[in-house]
Amino acid sequence: MSILEVQNLSISFKKYSKGLRQEQNQVIHNLNVSINRGEIVAVVGSSGSGKSLLAHAILGILPGNATVTGNIFYEGQLLTEQRKEELRGTEIVIIPQSVKFLDPLMKIGSQVQTSVRKRNAVTAQKKIFEKYKLHPTVEKLFPFQLSGGMARRVLVSMAVVSEASVIIADEPTPGLDMEVIKEAENSFRELADNGSGVMIITHDIEFALKVADKIAVFYAGTTVETAPVSDFSGKGENLRHPYTKALWRALPQNEFIPIKGSQPLANDMPAGCPFAPRCEQATSECSEGLPEERYIRDGMVRCIYAT
Amino acid sequence: MQLEALNVGFGYRKNNWTFRHIDLSLRKGEIVGLVGPSGAGKTTLGRILAGYEQPLEGTVKLNDAPLPKTGYHPVQLVFQHPEKAVNPKWRMKDILHEGWNPDDELLERLGIDRDWLQRWPNELSGGELQRFCVARALGPMTQFLIADEMTTMLDAITQAQIWQAVLDMAKKQNMGILVISHEAPLLDRLCSRIIDISSNVMREG
Amino acid sequence: MKLNKRQSAILMSAITTVLLVTILVGGLLVSNDRIVTNLEYRNLPPSLAHPFGTDWLGRDMLFRTLKGLSISIGVGLIAATASVIIAVCLGIMAATMGRIADAVISWLVDLFLSVPHLVMLILIAFVVGGGMKGVIIGLALTHWPSLTRVIRAEVMQIKAADFVQTSRRLGKSRWFIAIKHIFPHLVPQFLVGLFLLFPHAILHEAAVTFLGMGLSPHQPAIGIILSESMRYLSTGMWWLAFFPGLLLLLVVRAFDLIGDRLRSLVDPYRANE
Repeated sequence: MSILEVQNLSISFKKYSKGLRQEQNQVIHNLNVSINRGEIVAVVGSSGSGKSLLAHAILGILPGNATVTGNIFYEGQLLTEQRKEELRGTEIVIIPQSVKFLDPLMKIGSQVQTSVRKRNAVTAQKKIFEKYKLHPTVEKLFPFQLSGGMARRVLVSMAVVSEASVIIADEPTPGLDMEVIKEAENSFRELADNGSGVMIITHDIEFALKVADKIAVFYAGTTVETAPVSDFSGKGENLRHPYTKALWRALPQNEFIPIKGSQPLANDMPAGCPFAPRCEQATSECSEGLPEERYIRDGMVRCIYAT
Repeated sequence: MQLEALNVGFGYRKNNWTFRHIDLSLRKGEIVGLVGPSGAGKTTLGRILAGYEQPLEGTVKLNDAPLPKTGYHPVQLVFQHPEKAVNPKWRMKDILHEGWNPDDELLERLGIDRDWLQRWPNELSGGELQRFCVARALGPMTQFLIADEMTTMLDAITQAQIWQAVLDMAKKQNMGILVISHEAPLLDRLCSRIIDISSNVMREG
Repeated sequence: MKLNKRQSAILMSAITTVLLVTILVGGLLVSNDRIVTNLEYRNLPPSLAHPFGTDWLGRDMLFRTLKGLSISIGVGLIAATASVIIAVCLGIMAATMGRIADAVISWLVDLFLSVPHLVMLILIAFVVGGGMKGVIIGLALTHWPSLTRVIRAEVMQIKAADFVQTSRRLGKSRWFIAIKHIFPHLVPQFLVGLFLLFPHAILHEAAVTFLGMGLSPHQPAIGIILSESMRYLSTGMWWLAFFPGLLLLLVVRAFDLIGDRLRSLVDPYRANE
């Protein structure tokens, strides 16, 4: 059974359009994703497309003008807003994008210690610092004094000491050099090996392919395909959705060939399949509604022509 | 025809250098990568080459003359975060036309939808905004382009789309490009040679 | 009909504006013979004929109050506008004209903020010769410092923004950048500043006049009315101070309200609620 399951999640925002009129802007539509214990799932999509909202919805920290529908289950139990608050920071933790999300006036050592729950906080913190090669002097530093690589290690070590069962990492890679990214890969794998479910939200498909077991491809507010990492190979013959195939082909190490057009804006969605306007295989049938999820070859796809 | 950095050094105080003794040259029509660990000053070097920052020592020369202080700068820079590079109070069409008037062909190649021109920046996502920033920087007077992590935050399709359009324009206008990135596959795909800023620093010792 | 926050803010502002304009215009239209001395009707408590009562000379207090308020609003508006203009000019100068200009202006701001408004106001009003001119100049010269700070910070921030830097490299002049890039960001500050400065100005005007160092006694300004009524309070004529004071409070609060609403509209963190 999956430790975390998101079913039919939709998120919309009230927003002022022209002058005084307010409109509902649906940013996420009928999104489904699930994570098992010991598994790393990467949600891959372009930045600014709203995929971070998925993390915020799971943690229950969306802003006041958001409306959420759909269900999220934790160990088979429905997550209510109250339950989210109880689990937040203990059973479900987020690894934020940067140290800007830490308390700027609290020393690193104490911040890491506050994440420990079951054991002696100080020894747990010292142990984890040793493991991640963080010098004991780092304890006495404030968040702004950390370098990029150090910051990443601190953020990951906070997630590790919390011993949470679900760990969500929001855009862990931008601005990091190869060495630190390599380190991050290892630490995520370790978290999963300890029995946690890890969700990585990223735009960086190369990183996702290196670290994850399963890739959920996010396009125009929904997951169009979920595929095991091994399907991303060769010319992408094993991939199911035309968008995923295009994404794979567009990588610089593959063909570097783009497709035309761009993702539709949240307030300007085409009827039916959101990818249809850019899709070569699209027919009139494609605009008859968001394609249902289909399960093909150990993966999920939202395309009526997928085989 | 070339862009040269001669013995360039930068720091916020003397004796606290971010980097020193950087020599770099870029010919027209050439695409060169710039790599180095984070914090080594890749972005700052890019800003110096594009005239956004003055070096603390050394000089930058374009065709053996110093960089111009006013007027259209022949070295244009595209930032990593387009959200900060557009005025939130301007419509997209005004942002696009601030430097020159890109033709429809370029807009199409960059995947810029006509409808977006009437919109405000906060209605578009980073990927869409970046296409505008790229179009804006590719004017006929641009001789060199500094792409500072230009597509780092974008998905692979948008990245390929933007780069194909840029390569096309660069060829047409015989433009030189400096690609600052930490993504090895992208650099391998684009560049004829790659400069490592840290080896430059280390040589100084 | 349920209004969203932006609509209700605009509606509230509109209602308060109408109220203020009514008082202003009403006061101006009231002819002086409505408040002439009429010894037959001296010291009358509030009644239907005289809702605010009459004073020791038999003048109708409602009309006197309206007249007084409209003078006060006028003085406040002129002074607040002048203050805002000073603040915008100095703020922009501090942010754009180099280190020395910045140091001088920042020093001035600190100086003015360190002396209590009222003391400074009285000094300036006295130096320029008192009367209405003195009060307006005094108000204008004392209310700019905090807004100057806000504008200076705002301009500095915009000046350093990538889009401004890029504009320079696209060959745009400083003038173009000031008008097209920086100015549009200052308009909201300008408006909000105006509405938030106004209550200060009007209260200080009333205070200075109350102390006898502002408008001259034959102008029925609200400060004069209040200070005169003090002498009669002990004889039980409560209405002389109560109604004018209440109305002054309402007007001040109304402006405060508009300022607050406008500020919440331009605040990007609250703008979409």
